[in-house]
Amino acid sequence: MARVIRCIADNVVSPLGTTSRANYDKVRAGESGLARYESMGNISTPFVLSRVDRAVIDGLCAELGIQGNYTFFEKFLLCSSVQAVRDAGIDASSDRVLFIISTTKGNVSLLGQPQEGVADERVLLAKAAREVMQFYGNPGKPIVVCNACISGVCAQIEAMRALRSGRYDYAVVIGADEQSPFIISGFLSFKAISDEPCRPFDKDRKGLNLGECAATVVLEASDNKKSGWELVCGAIRNDANHISGPSRTGEGSYLCLMEVLKECRRSELAFVNVHGTATAYNDEMESIALYRAGLIDVPVTGLKGYYGHTMGAAGIMESILSMYAVRDNTVLATRGYSEQGTTYPVSVSGKTRECKGSEFIKLLSGFGGSNAALLYRFVE
Amino acid sequence: MESRGLDFVVLNQGFVSVNGRVLEHEAEGNALLSELYRGHIGDWPKFFKMDTLSKAGFVATELLLKEIGEPRCGSEEFIRSRAIVLFGSTASLCADRNYQETIQDKDNYYPSPALFVYTLPNIVTGEIAIRNHWRGESSFYVLETPDVEQMAFHLACAFQDNDTESILAGWVDSTMNDDFQAFMTVIRKEDVADVDRLAAQLQLIINDLNN
Repeated sequence: MARVIRCIADNVVSPLGTTSRANYDKVRAGESGLARYESMGNISTPFVLSRVDRAVIDGLCAELGIQGNYTFFEKFLLCSSVQAVRDAGIDASSDRVLFIISTTKGNVSLLGQPQEGVADERVLLAKAAREVMQFYGNPGKPIVVCNACISGVCAQIEAMRALRSGRYDYAVVIGADEQSPFIISGFLSFKAISDEPCRPFDKDRKGLNLGECAATVVLEASDNKKSGWELVCGAIRNDANHISGPSRTGEGSYLCLMEVLKECRRSELAFVNVHGTATAYNDEMESIALYRAGLIDVPVTGLKGYYGHTMGAAGIMESILSMYAVRDNTVLATRGYSEQGTTYPVSVSGKTRECKGSEFIKLLSGFGGSNAALLYRFVE
Repeated sequence: MESRGLDFVVLNQGFVSVNGRVLEHEAEGNALLSELYRGHIGDWPKFFKMDTLSKAGFVATELLLKEIGEPRCGSEEFIRSRAIVLFGSTASLCADRNYQETIQDKDNYYPSPALFVYTLPNIVTGEIAIRNHWRGESSFYVLETPDVEQMAFHLACAFQDNDTESILAGWVDSTMNDDFQAFMTVIRKEDVADVDRLAAQLQLIINDLNN
């Protein structure tokens, strides 16, 4: 029998709070981290961003005993993972513990602004990952999942597989991205960023907001069933259509959904937590994929109105908040949504709804034609 | 039964070989990629829009598929069963540097989406998927070094996917426009039955790349 993969600890650090519980409570109450900025560095176009206060991260690092010459990105990874590793009660220095980092741009801001005492090579993602693993004294080889916006789901899938192989007993999966002028200017050049808080799936949606978050899940492999969150399965599929635009048929997302639905008990499916970036193309594409997969009546919810698009953290943070929501019998309100704005009328709402069920699907898509989905189940 | 070796292509700024046979060429650096495109491919103008990482991964893949003699698209079943799993240590550093130059100075500020999109290393997997209509899994993993044991382990893991029957696997790095290293191979389920043997086969390919 395949080993059972369970989530035994989690953490979210964002502008809304420094624990998963604090984040969930704020989102449940409708609070958002989004704020308008008129400029940043050489950027003179206004944009809306969810940005973490650096002083909060420095304070958290001091509290958690994270000392050393780290970049903001590395501190972000550490202050989330240290809390989750502590809560899991595992020995992270063991060679039976796998570390997987999920990020899109890591320390890229070092290219524009070198940091004293930080070697230039830390712009390489695996070098930054090594810094994190060295903090824990973990002897493994660094691996970073770098699949654009879907990285956080891919990292959990890869951790699940590595645990099922029997080589590891635990996996610490950490996702984060720093929103530097590098990323913001790039999305602005794509004309993908809204200067207002985003409105996922709404008819008047104007584009996405970016956001900062660090999130961690600690996964455990075991041979017996225990109560808790089980990572059941996941899939990654390519549209084979366009490097920066989603498929018109939602092909890759559809294939991912069909794959995870094989293991899903439909009566137990509480909701699908979508990508919902609030760009015209993404939300339309997801509505098509959900329709094709027979999920048009299943509650759909998106979190970008609270956090913006948090890139490497998105797949992990959005999975964690979905776990809290399922346990709370709640479909979180899709903040910013008010009127149907996609061809297919998916079951999305700007208000909090009640739900039943013990399972949810997390769906993501991104540049490179990439799509990913995973299925979590709560076992009593 | 004597099991077969892996088909492979290795490519860097001054060297290219297919299954160990050296391909003659005149150009070096980025121009080598254009020479190989014109001489061996020629029907995919999107090539010229790609960054160096994507060009290197694309050319290595084209040469490999030609050597294997695999039909371009294949059946619906086939295109869903072919995964792309690439590794690298520098990820999109070359594209990152090129893009950074466009935003560094206030007086010379001209960010473009055409450059920015390549600051994601998984774009090369997308370029290859589009060319071949492959709709299976696509992944890019960043490692510290081309560690064959680590690559073999994660390739074996990729076969846990229900649909994946074969993987276009490889390594692709680029730090500057005229500096790149790549290898490409196709591995099948039977190749991961013995992960140590797969690692040894990957090491032979890397030795060829380093020569």
